[in-house]
Amino acid sequence: MTKIHVTTTVNGDPAEFLADPRETLLDALRDQLGLTGTKEGCGTGDCGACSVIVDGVLVCSCLMLAAEAEGKTVETIEGMAGEELHPLQRQFIEHAALQCGFCTPGILVAAKALLERNPDPTDTEIRYWLAGNLCRCTGYDKIIRAVQDAAAEMRGAA
Amino acid sequence: MAKDELKSGYKLIGTRPNRPDGLDKVTGRARYGADFSLPGMLHAAVVRSPHAHARIKNIDVSKALALDGVKAVVTRADLPTGLSGEDLNLQDNTLAGDRVLYDGHAVAAVAATSALLAKDAARLIAVEYEILPHVTDVDAAMAPGAPVIREGVADYSVPEGMHPNVARYMAFGHGDLEAGLAAADIVREHTYKTEATHQGYIEPHACVGQMGEDGRGEMWVCTQGHWYIRRMCAAVLGIEAANLRVTPSEIGGGFGGKTTIFIEPLALALSKKAGGRPVKLVMTRSEVLRATGPTASASMDVKLGMKRDGTITAGQVFFRMQGGAFVGMSPIGEALPCAFACYDIPALKHEAVEVIANRPKAAAYRAPGSPMAAFAVESLVDEMCRELGLDPIEVRLKNGAKNGSRSSYGPDYTVIGLQETLEAAKAHPNYKVPLGPNQGRGVASGFWFNHGGETSVSLAVGEDGTATVSIGTPDIGGSRASIGLMVAEFLGIPYENVRVSVVETGALGVNEPTHGSRATFASGKAAVEAARQAVAEMCRRAAADWGIDPDAVEWKDGAAHPAGPNAGKFPPMSIGEIGAKMGSTGGPISGHHEVTAEGVGASFGTHVVDVEVDPETGRTTVLRYLVVQDAGTAIHPAYVEGQYQGGAVQGIGWALNEEYVYGADGRLQNPVFLDYRVPVASDLPMIDTVIVEVPNPGHPYGVRGVGETGITPPLPAIAAAVAGATGARIRSLPLSPPKVLAAIKAAKG
Repeated sequence: MTKIHVTTTVNGDPAEFLADPRETLLDALRDQLGLTGTKEGCGTGDCGACSVIVDGVLVCSCLMLAAEAEGKTVETIEGMAGEELHPLQRQFIEHAALQCGFCTPGILVAAKALLERNPDPTDTEIRYWLAGNLCRCTGYDKIIRAVQDAAAEMRGAA
Repeated sequence: MAKDELKSGYKLIGTRPNRPDGLDKVTGRARYGADFSLPGMLHAAVVRSPHAHARIKNIDVSKALALDGVKAVVTRADLPTGLSGEDLNLQDNTLAGDRVLYDGHAVAAVAATSALLAKDAARLIAVEYEILPHVTDVDAAMAPGAPVIREGVADYSVPEGMHPNVARYMAFGHGDLEAGLAAADIVREHTYKTEATHQGYIEPHACVGQMGEDGRGEMWVCTQGHWYIRRMCAAVLGIEAANLRVTPSEIGGGFGGKTTIFIEPLALALSKKAGGRPVKLVMTRSEVLRATGPTASASMDVKLGMKRDGTITAGQVFFRMQGGAFVGMSPIGEALPCAFACYDIPALKHEAVEVIANRPKAAAYRAPGSPMAAFAVESLVDEMCRELGLDPIEVRLKNGAKNGSRSSYGPDYTVIGLQETLEAAKAHPNYKVPLGPNQGRGVASGFWFNHGGETSVSLAVGEDGTATVSIGTPDIGGSRASIGLMVAEFLGIPYENVRVSVVETGALGVNEPTHGSRATFASGKAAVEAARQAVAEMCRRAAADWGIDPDAVEWKDGAAHPAGPNAGKFPPMSIGEIGAKMGSTGGPISGHHEVTAEGVGASFGTHVVDVEVDPETGRTTVLRYLVVQDAGTAIHPAYVEGQYQGGAVQGIGWALNEEYVYGADGRLQNPVFLDYRVPVASDLPMIDTVIVEVPNPGHPYGVRGVGETGITPPLPAIAAAVAGATGARIRSLPLSPPKVLAAIKAAKG
């Protein structure tokens, strides 16, 4: 099958690869670009472990074809920290908001997308925004608290 | 680092430092099962049965092998013969023999140069089936006329006259049951059912296997126990364990489901057939749900006698459990001892049968057997409390097991904390919140044995006075942090100066998996013993330098000190000073301890839940939830709370949403997360926790193990709360909205 030449921007860097027409963005990120921080938990858009931001929109990368990333800007967990951790990343560590950590990259990416739209979310708003990100270890309690404290820190209220 | 208010006098134990693997896990750097790759690596896919029960008449692999890029196919014909017992079970589950036994049973596997190509090739493998009658429900499987799934599975224990699908029977008890029931003011008897649920770890099973024609191989795999992977793969493939080196990846959840093999021998067998090229095999979510680790489903009769004052005079259970088409997988051996473990009742009779059915081979799931047993027994206790107008906590305080009680399953308890959890629950503000219309409150207690098990740990002192600890129990929920805290506490050095690593099978003696809530207990205990050895050696080095007797040296605050004024006057020699010159004072300093760990301390918990049920839809909303559990000692309280919260939420899912739904064709109807609905963030409130600490005398720092008990009380507690909210007692899980709505209508007549 003829492959498709895809030119895209990932975490601020130019990236290009040859995609099978059936290949998902998730597989391209992981297998072609070596960005294995984005996880596959279901492959059907139900668990959110593969969450990335494409042109500012939170998407499940398992539901998007790699070829669709042509000309777009993709942000993954690997691009979240600069020299210092993003407040969400640091708060997740300090709150013990992760156990196995497998859902963590997707939840961090999704939470970042939330706080960019709504810097002062209620608990309920956080819970509904993250309802598409499954975590089987924590019961979500410490995740919600970590997002709240990161939001407060980012608002300068901490 | 905030110090919790503990009376212990510990410097580090009870604090909440950052976990050592935290940074890798929030940046995407942590490597899980599917994140590992090797040069020249192939990708594999598995062909699975679409039938619940069928004879395999023919497997044609020619079209798959003809595809460019396909390098190997394996079927059962490629595996050795002559296995027996559990090894044969494992092999039968790895690849079906002449019959497939459940929807999703593996039939063949193929390796190719890409994952997409491997999936294409799998579709080209033509399997001809002769469909056989099937049965998936536990009660139907032992009813007269049910299709016999496998001949000759019954062992000596099965009474005559039972259906051939009954594989095992167990019974034990004590006291005079009839006299106990006669002494009661009321005797009640009901049947309770729980459906199978899945552990639901978000990381699907994944591995990379490599094996040459000499039968030597390597494997990288997400697992709770890499020595188990080694032993089981070796048995299934007919190779020697020492020829397989297994390295665990980070693990994306397990909850018991990753203590056994599913795809791992396939990756190795394919690699060998493909000339030794490494093979990556990753399950899809649908494969995970169809073919790995669900729990048993259960049908349970319970009978209890109670006096008007709440005294329980006698109890009787008969449990029927199916754990799939393989003998030995249903947890009757755990469910029965857990049934009445929270109580001290003068007369008890326990009976259970294991039944096989056309379902996947069950695997352990967090306190295997205990949640089902708790649902049955705690539900009936609650029903009788409501009938007699008694407070459910008072009744449990009155009948609950205490220090020194004889347990319901035989041994005497030593020091346990059930009563303390009940008192703490009673005193908690959640127990006093007034309830509104359509709201109800449920209380239940739960139990897990905890486990010691085979454990091997090494510790080495660094040249700079740090310590590295090598453990063999994969870290699922923060155990590297808790073991690091204990070692740092013992050595008297900063937590940051201890690095704990999970090492591969070549680096230590055999370790059992991280199961039975044992990692922090057993690896922690062995790590402290290893540290004790290193301290003894460091004291010897200091003594030699000072020219005094080693017995005259003591260790405190990270340094050797003269034990008293008679020992001589020397400034303390720190671990850093000793480490810096150890090369010239006798060589490397390390400690090693291996043991089948004993001294396990049982774990009890009590939960209180408030729910509101929508009378229009039957939907249950959890309003507030309280977990009280005895940790023994909470080494890292944040991760103890995390275990309590996570266990409770898995139990909430089991109670309200989760179930395996089989169609009339015997196929699993909901093998995706959209339809197998685990709790999501918007389903839940915060999960309140109280950590009770009744130290376990069998551990140097009092650890019991905290992982499992938390999943047991939610099932009966939520059913009790729903009964309180609606007046309708539902004796089968899950309490899905249609079922609750129907029960509300039925209760109203």
